[in-house]
Amino acid sequence: MEGISNLAMLFVAAAITNNFILTQFLGICPFLGVSKEVPTAFSMGLATTFVMTTSAVFVWVIESFILVPLGIEFMRYIAFILVISSFVQLTELFVKKVSPPLYKALGIFLPLITTNCAILGLALMISMEGYTFIESTIFGLGAGAGFTLAIVLMAGIRERLEFADVPESLKGAPIALLVAGIMAMAFSGLAM
Amino acid sequence: MDFGMLTRAVLSMGILGGLFASGLAYASVKFAVEDDPKKQQIEEILPGVNCGACGKPGCASYAEAVANGELGIDCCPVGGAELAEGIAKIMGVAPACSTERKVAQVLCQGGNEETFDKSEYKGLPKCQVADMEENFKSCEYGCLGFGDCAAVCDFDAIVMDENGLPQIDTDKCTSCTKCVVECPRDIITMAGVSEQVKTKCKSLLRGKEVKVACDKGCIGCTLCAKKCPVDAIDMVDNLAVIDHETCVGCGVCVKVCPTDAMVETSF
Repeated sequence: MEGISNLAMLFVAAAITNNFILTQFLGICPFLGVSKEVPTAFSMGLATTFVMTTSAVFVWVIESFILVPLGIEFMRYIAFILVISSFVQLTELFVKKVSPPLYKALGIFLPLITTNCAILGLALMISMEGYTFIESTIFGLGAGAGFTLAIVLMAGIRERLEFADVPESLKGAPIALLVAGIMAMAFSGLAM
Repeated sequence: MDFGMLTRAVLSMGILGGLFASGLAYASVKFAVEDDPKKQQIEEILPGVNCGACGKPGCASYAEAVANGELGIDCCPVGGAELAEGIAKIMGVAPACSTERKVAQVLCQGGNEETFDKSEYKGLPKCQVADMEENFKSCEYGCLGFGDCAAVCDFDAIVMDENGLPQIDTDKCTSCTKCVVECPRDIITMAGVSEQVKTKCKSLLRGKEVKVACDKGCIGCTLCAKKCPVDAIDMVDNLAVIDHETCVGCGVCVKVCPTDAMVETSF
């Protein structure tokens, strides 16, 4: 029972209190880039969640069965990037096949998940914290859920901002950054 | 130097990379998206310079737009009529030529001989500047003659002649409309090559004033409008305006015009 509550804690921590975007400030690029419409933002969140979860699994496997036994932990970055970029490629192929409109809407941000620091950050955290296989998976899933939550919230706010009477000098990126800052403050309140 | 570690690192990363690569190769076959074959065929015959003149970011996007009917077959000015024919074959439609080729036309004949200077202009020798500063030329609607249009033309299609008027080489003109935008007096327009006569004057002044200002201006005498056998000419603001839809190109207006403001075009 305690195991399960621990896992639930881990999930909530990754998704909300230690939200990758809003408390750890990882993955800001897609957070600002693909948060203009809720459906697109949600799809981006799902794609990132998929990459995060599968990467978490593979990173754990590679870390425990290849890097550590062979004593080549210094290859971590290369191995992780290999895993991440492969899964991003896979996601890209999949999205292109299943939903060409979504593929177009995500545009450059889909292949850019590769360089999303949230995902490499996740991989490195897994190896640093020494999570077990199950914990890694849950951690990846939680991080993805947190990413989706943040980006969808942001998109929801920005959709409303479209109709708001924003001062001329704050239109566009400035107000988006202000909103992001206020959201980050709210989320850091949760971590207290 | 620990060669064992080096070997282990190289081997393990190599094998890992190979595994992921084969996985991706399999996925790319499994999730292969079939491109519209028409799109590929069109892309092959497009010039491939990705100039963006069609309004799409590149040749591939234009090919896609044609294949799904978003754009016409003749939107590529680089490939021209020949390419449109090729695309028409692929798309299985008639090689329609929906847009007529347009070339720039100078609607003023008031050069140095026809007009005179009321005062000496001492500003920068540029039409844009001269137009702002003062009315030194007898005709306030006519060509200023400093050749802004010739300077802006990327294709050397405009040359200023001895009379101080721009001459357009219609073979070199690519209908880019840069000169039309540049001319501060809006004398240059784009005219379809089938339009056979033109009123080469933009002066809205009354006949008497036009006569003083320029030898070849339209004085609004309405002779052409009266003599036109198909009633293609209307008088608007002291200017003869030709309706090119009805004009049959008989040339009567050119003959009757007392000031030679009406001119037969030559393309």
